[in-house]
Amino acid sequence: MQKVTTRHFNQPNSHRLETYLKDQGYEAARKALTQMTPVQVIEEMKKSHLRGLGGAGFPTGAKWGFIPKSNPKPKYLVINGDEGEPGTFKDKYIFEQDPHSLLEGIVITCYAIGSHKSYVYIRGEYVKSMQILQGAIDEAYKQGFLGKGIMGTSFDLDVVIHPGAGAYICGEETALLESLEGKKGFPRLKPPFPAVVGLFGCPTVINNVETMACVPPIIQNGSEWFAKLGSAKNGGTRIFCVSGHVKKPGIYELSAGTTLREIIYDHAGGIREGHQLKAVIPGGISAAVLTANEIDVKMDFDSLKSIGSMAGSGGIIVMDETTCMVWAAMVAARFFAHESCGQCSPCREGSGWVYRNVKRIYEGEGRPVDLENLPGIVNNIGGNTICAFGDAITMSVGSYVQKFKSEFEYHVKEKRCDLALSNISSPLMGEARWG
Amino acid sequence: MTQEILQQIDKITSNYEQKQAALLPVLHLVQEKEGLISPEAEKEIADYLGIPVVQVHEVVSFYHLFHQKLKGKCHLSVCQTTSCALLGAEDIIEHLKSRLGIKAGETTPDGKFSLSVVECLGACEIAPMMQCNKEYKGFLNKKNIDELIEKNS
Repeated sequence: MQKVTTRHFNQPNSHRLETYLKDQGYEAARKALTQMTPVQVIEEMKKSHLRGLGGAGFPTGAKWGFIPKSNPKPKYLVINGDEGEPGTFKDKYIFEQDPHSLLEGIVITCYAIGSHKSYVYIRGEYVKSMQILQGAIDEAYKQGFLGKGIMGTSFDLDVVIHPGAGAYICGEETALLESLEGKKGFPRLKPPFPAVVGLFGCPTVINNVETMACVPPIIQNGSEWFAKLGSAKNGGTRIFCVSGHVKKPGIYELSAGTTLREIIYDHAGGIREGHQLKAVIPGGISAAVLTANEIDVKMDFDSLKSIGSMAGSGGIIVMDETTCMVWAAMVAARFFAHESCGQCSPCREGSGWVYRNVKRIYEGEGRPVDLENLPGIVNNIGGNTICAFGDAITMSVGSYVQKFKSEFEYHVKEKRCDLALSNISSPLMGEARWG
Repeated sequence: MTQEILQQIDKITSNYEQKQAALLPVLHLVQEKEGLISPEAEKEIADYLGIPVVQVHEVVSFYHLFHQKLKGKCHLSVCQTTSCALLGAEDIIEHLKSRLGIKAGETTPDGKFSLSVVECLGACEIAPMMQCNKEYKGFLNKKNIDELIEKNS
C-alpha cells in the first residue's frame, strides 16, 4: 500500500525542513501558487474525494468552496489539532514526524480560500507537538515558505499555534472557535456556519491535521491518483489508530476501503495471545461499538454509516473476551459525563444520569427499572443538543445496551459481574508489554 | 506581573486580531511562571486584555489544565479512558494512590507529588499511560511507577 501522510515517518530527522525538501518538499505549494488559480485548487480537491479526517468525513473541496468570495472580511484557516477523541493519536504523529506536510497543506489551502492567517489549535497536553511544530514554522519563515511574498509571489501568510487547555469539547469546531477567541468552549448554534461567520465573525475553514497533510500529495500527484487509493466517494488513505487488546497497537496508514478485520489481524497483529475478539470501537469512543461478527465492514465513512456506526476519527479500540461490556459502557459514559460542556440541559443532566445508571448496574446495584429506563434516557440526549456530543452519547452508550443486552440483564438479575476482576487485574501487570 | 511577563504577553497578543483571543496562551504563560492562576492574576490579566474578570475566571475554571491551587513538583495525570482502562489503568491508579498516600485530586504534604485522574490524552498506543508534568509516560506497570516515584522523591 502506498503511503501518503506517513511516507516520511521512518526517516531520521523527518521533522526537519532539510529532510522534507529532499522529497520534493514545498513543490506542491509552488505548483499551486505559481501555476494554478484558487478555483483550480478547489476543483482538484473536489475531484480527489478527500474527506475530512477529523471525524465528520465532510468533503474537503466542498467545504473550501463555501467560503464566500464577495465577503470583504478577512478569511481564516483554522487547523483542528485538538485530537481528543479517545482511541485517536494520529495527528500527534504528523505534528512530530512530518510537521512540514501540515504547513505545506496550510499554504495551499490558504491560497485556495484567500486566507492570510492560519491558527493551528493544538490540545494543551501535546507540549512536544507544539515545540516541534513551532520549530518547523520558524524554519518555514526563514526559508520564505511562510510570511510575506511566499516563494516570490505576492501571497502572504502567517501561521500561529494556539494551545488548548484540556477540554474535549474544543474538538467540536465551533467550540474550538470560541476557545480560540479566548472564551470557554461552548459550541455555537448553526447556522450560521463557520464558512460564513467563523473566527472573529469572519469566513473560516476548519480542517483536521491529517486532512491538511493529504493536500500537498494531491496537488503534486493529481486528484485521480489520490481518489484511486481509497474507495468510492472516499479518496485516499487514512491513518488508523489501533489500541486495546491487540498485539501491536499503533498507527497504520491504509486505504480508506480496508476492512476492520484486515486492520486488526493483518496489521495490528491480532488479539493478544490466548484471547479472542469480543467487540471493537471502529472510529473513536463516540462510534457505535461493533461485535466480533461485524468486522468484515470496510472502514470508509459510508460503509460504517450503513451498519449504524461511524468511521469517525479512525480510532480503533479492540476488546477481547475478558471485557465486561457493562463496564466498557460505564467507562464510555464516565468519559461523556466528565467532558459534557454543560451548555445544553439534555447533555449536561443526561450524561451524568446515564453514567450513574450504568455504574449502578455494573456494580451489582442495578434495579430492573434502571435497565428499563436506560434506552429512554440515552435516546433523549441525541438530537436535542446544540452540538454532536449529545448524539455521540446516544450512539456510543446506546450501542452497548443494544448489542450486549444480555450482559446488562445478567448484572441486574445476578447482581454481580463475572468478568470484572479478570479485566481490571490484567495478568500481565508488572511486566513490560510490547517493549 | 513583572515587566518581563508583560512583554511576553504583548508578543502573544500581537498574534491575534482581537486582544482577548490571547487569553488561553496568556494563562498558560502566567501559570508556567507562577505555578497557578491566582485571583490577583485573573484581575491583572483581565485588566490587561480589557475583558471582565469574570470571563477570565470562567475560562480558568472551565479548562482543567489551569490550576487555582499549586500542584506538586511532579504532577501525575493518569488516563482512565477506554484503551488505558482495558490495559489496567484502574490498577495503576490504585497503586499510585497507595504509594503516595493520597486520593485523586490531592497533593502529598511534602509538595512533591500531585495525582490527577484524567480522560484520554491521545496516546492509546502506549496504554496504560500518564502525563508526568509535560512528559508522556507509557506502558505503565508497578515497577516503572515505583522507579519514577523514587526518582522524584
